[in-house]
Amino acid sequence: MTSLLSISQGGAIALGVILGVVILLELCYIVYLFYLRATGRKHFSFRRDRQTQTVAQGETQTDDGFALTTESLGDTKALGKGVMKERNIETVKKVQKVVKIVVKVLIYIFLIVVAISVLFPFYWMIISSLKSYDEYALEGEFASRVTPTFFPQTILWSNYADAFKTANLGTLFVNTVFVGIVSTILSLVITVLAAFAFARMQFRGKNALFAALLATMMIPGELFTITNYGTVTNFFGWANTYTALIVPFLVSVFYIYLLRQNFLQIPDELYYAAKVDGTSDLKYLWKVMIPLALPTIISITILKMMGSWNSYIWPRLVANDSLHQLITNGLRDTDFFVHLPDGSVDQDKINYPVQMAAVTLVSIPLFLVFIFLRKYIMKGVSRSGLKG
Amino acid sequence: MVDGKKQWKAWLYLLPVIILTLVFTVWPIINTVRIAFLDDYTLMDDVGGMEFSVGVHNFEKVVNNPEFLTCLKNTLLLTVITVPISTFLALLIAVCLNSIKALNRLLQTIYFLPYVTNTIAIGIVFSTMFSMVGTGFGGENPYISTAGIINNIIGIFGIEPVNWVNTGSTYWANMFVMIVYIVWNALPFKILILLGGLQSVNKQYYDAAKVDGTGRVRTFFRITVPMLSPMLAYVVITGFIGGFKEYSSVVGVFTEDMGPPDKQGALNTMVGFINHNLMSGSPREGIASAGAILLFIIIFAVTMLNMYVSKKRVHY
Repeated sequence: MTSLLSISQGGAIALGVILGVVILLELCYIVYLFYLRATGRKHFSFRRDRQTQTVAQGETQTDDGFALTTESLGDTKALGKGVMKERNIETVKKVQKVVKIVVKVLIYIFLIVVAISVLFPFYWMIISSLKSYDEYALEGEFASRVTPTFFPQTILWSNYADAFKTANLGTLFVNTVFVGIVSTILSLVITVLAAFAFARMQFRGKNALFAALLATMMIPGELFTITNYGTVTNFFGWANTYTALIVPFLVSVFYIYLLRQNFLQIPDELYYAAKVDGTSDLKYLWKVMIPLALPTIISITILKMMGSWNSYIWPRLVANDSLHQLITNGLRDTDFFVHLPDGSVDQDKINYPVQMAAVTLVSIPLFLVFIFLRKYIMKGVSRSGLKG
Repeated sequence: MVDGKKQWKAWLYLLPVIILTLVFTVWPIINTVRIAFLDDYTLMDDVGGMEFSVGVHNFEKVVNNPEFLTCLKNTLLLTVITVPISTFLALLIAVCLNSIKALNRLLQTIYFLPYVTNTIAIGIVFSTMFSMVGTGFGGENPYISTAGIINNIIGIFGIEPVNWVNTGSTYWANMFVMIVYIVWNALPFKILILLGGLQSVNKQYYDAAKVDGTGRVRTFFRITVPMLSPMLAYVVITGFIGGFKEYSSVVGVFTEDMGPPDKQGALNTMVGFINHNLMSGSPREGIASAGAILLFIIIFAVTMLNMYVSKKRVHY
């Protein structure tokens, strides 16, 4: 175990890291220069700096004034004092400037190191998914290496085909997308109607009902799972059906709350105007409220779809057969073993590259959604910050 | 406005919500409490027509179960360790991010990325990064063909390879992996909330501090932290609740064995205890319910404690 990393190898890596840090610093400096060019400033400055500058200038001016008055009184020593003070302020300002730049550079280094740590698992996932097993495990022709390759020497796209076949990803994708779309649509209809009733309509017991719904948000879902499992499998007989995956989670109090808040912001006058024109409630909802609340509805749609894509515990309980299994469960349940040349599998060796290919395939739709709909996701998530 | 027709319509709109909530939320609350207090309840026996005596047998069984105590210990440790680390890191990152202009958008996007991932899938990636490849782990002479990328990286700093997740790995090595993964996973949400809070702090406070010649550190503790305290309290409370419900991240890294191959269940959590009582060949709903109620009480108590502390400390 001790001789895993020979000194020369360790030295090479250390050199690489040092070089990396130097390059990073250089990048920071380039960014800094670009910043200067873009802003037309001579150094990093914020409004605060200008304030200190004016304060400092004010000080020197009063010093001069003081010096002048004393000079007129015939005290030459005071003049010298004033000049010295001015010099001190100059050096102090210079030191402050240097400190400010050093702090900036440190902040950038810290933030970039964090960004690299955040991205590294994704990088490693994708890189590993393209390697051959021998290259990943450093066996066969790679046995002489001590450190893994940071870029695959031969890119093996066939890992993805293997992953697709081994984990039966096709069925899993179809199941998950189907469950996701159906539950999102049904959930949206239910949520919109309920939010409309709570926001626009008057009926006895409205506030009590809304408060009771909000109160259920405080109870951890695990408390429901146990009984729902019995209800769904035993009472309704829905074991291993799509219905079991969809129906129990159609109502989300949080989404109703979110949409109700949004509906409440729409001015009453619009509603009364529509009423005067003889528009029905449903038409008003469809033509006015939904378009106005569209960003919230998009946020809810994305979060709900992502919820289906990532759900694990409930599908595992009620529908874990090969016909209805969802993607996360399929990914966790599949064993990716190395295939021997004679076609049999080696139960001792996990085929990490193929496993990483499967993980990448599961992650890609999420990345795409994130890249194109980032705004809505971040808004929806940060909005949840208001619920407490 | 309130006329009979309207009333009828409003209830019609709310009908699906009311029916689904009664069946899948209200009934479960009642029923879970009921079966928790029925001695040795299982659904199988219930359907079979068995009568159960009322008592706290299930709770006794749970509390005296060493497996449950392991779960409780793991859950507490993971929560108590990861919540402060992730909150502190998120605060540091948010403050740094808020003080820069260049690259701000890009970095913000990168930091949010872990939020939109599949906990199980990326758990598998973390497990891979920490895994050694070879044979005979936990034995006398293990053969290692590659030590895993994390071991390679720490090797740069002269640290010897550690068996993190394979057979024969120690409890704290496993814990370390879980802590790293949970913190990595928890950061995006916290950064998002804290950054939002920072951006809403009135700049006048900082200007006033500047005029008074207040230093950076003092400004941070006297202005930034108090102004951020509602967000910090929110992030800590949700962090605790999430921590007590930790489950899928452990499944991602260690599979449903909840531990390295030779020590199954070593890293099981409270939710894991509940789920595994349901998933086993002969589900024990009574014990699972008792566990769930204990979990609810713990979460409720910790949340109340947090609220109490934040009421004293938070400046709204």
